[in-house]
Amino acid sequence: MSNSINMESPLHHAQLDSLVGQSSAGGGVLLHESKYLGHLNLRGNAQDVDFLSGIKKVFGIDLPTAPCTSATGELAQIIWLAPDEWLVMVGSGSEYDVELKLRAQLKGHFAVSDISGAQTILELSGSHVIELMKKSSGYDFHLESFPIGKVVGTTFAKAGAHILRLEENKFQLVIRRSFSDYIWLWIQHGCKECGLTIV
Amino acid sequence: MLLIKCPYCEEQREEEEFSPAGQAHIVRPLNPEELSDEQWARYLFFRKNPRGLHHELWLHAHGCRKYFNMTRNTVTYQIMETYKMGQQPSVTASQEVK
Repeated sequence: MSNSINMESPLHHAQLDSLVGQSSAGGGVLLHESKYLGHLNLRGNAQDVDFLSGIKKVFGIDLPTAPCTSATGELAQIIWLAPDEWLVMVGSGSEYDVELKLRAQLKGHFAVSDISGAQTILELSGSHVIELMKKSSGYDFHLESFPIGKVVGTTFAKAGAHILRLEENKFQLVIRRSFSDYIWLWIQHGCKECGLTIV
Repeated sequence: MLLIKCPYCEEQREEEEFSPAGQAHIVRPLNPEELSDEQWARYLFFRKNPRGLHHELWLHAHGCRKYFNMTRNTVTYQIMETYKMGQQPSVTASQEVK
């Protein structure tokens, strides 16, 4: 994307950049918005050997075909959404080049859609992050049912979200643009007990 | 709150993630132009409403966004099984233990 275009993340109005380092009441939860990443929605047949090898050629990693799994490479992070659907997250501004590479490598019945503007990513971490997750979602966040690297499509504060566990106390949330303000307000409210720090 | 096993995510999930989508296994007639109005209306509008086992269509709306089938007891809410689209139920009313 050209630099002359003024990009605004869905949480532009919250001015998170100016809040960095500020914290309330202990700061038990850390919030960071991974904004402006390229999001590509990828659809194809996971049984198609050519489709799988084409993906591997572009990203250098195997497509995560098992339910609720993810894969991270140098170029992209890929999460499983459905048996025939994945979300590919790439560096800011590189989404068009990656899309062209995919179109050059893949043949047959597949779809690549740039949905970068439709969603944003929040990273939640900190000593009390599990408490915030537990009060926001019905999913079981115990390490046995939600190990590191697993991705779950579920609800977060009743809004749809894809939650990926990066570390024991670090989660990545892919949320819709239209729900981002609501979730930002929810996170502030949910962290009143343990405190929130913007990083 | 029901716990529902999504056959695609292969996990038990909260009912909140799902939305029901009515009766399952409704086959669209291959020859709609040859049907009478009554036959066409029967396909479009007439649905079973059994007391007991029912085969239903559900959508994993907040998860994998796939439709799947469920065999559920409409009296006890017990879910007998969930299975993928295109598959047939292994539990049917004729096998029901009274």
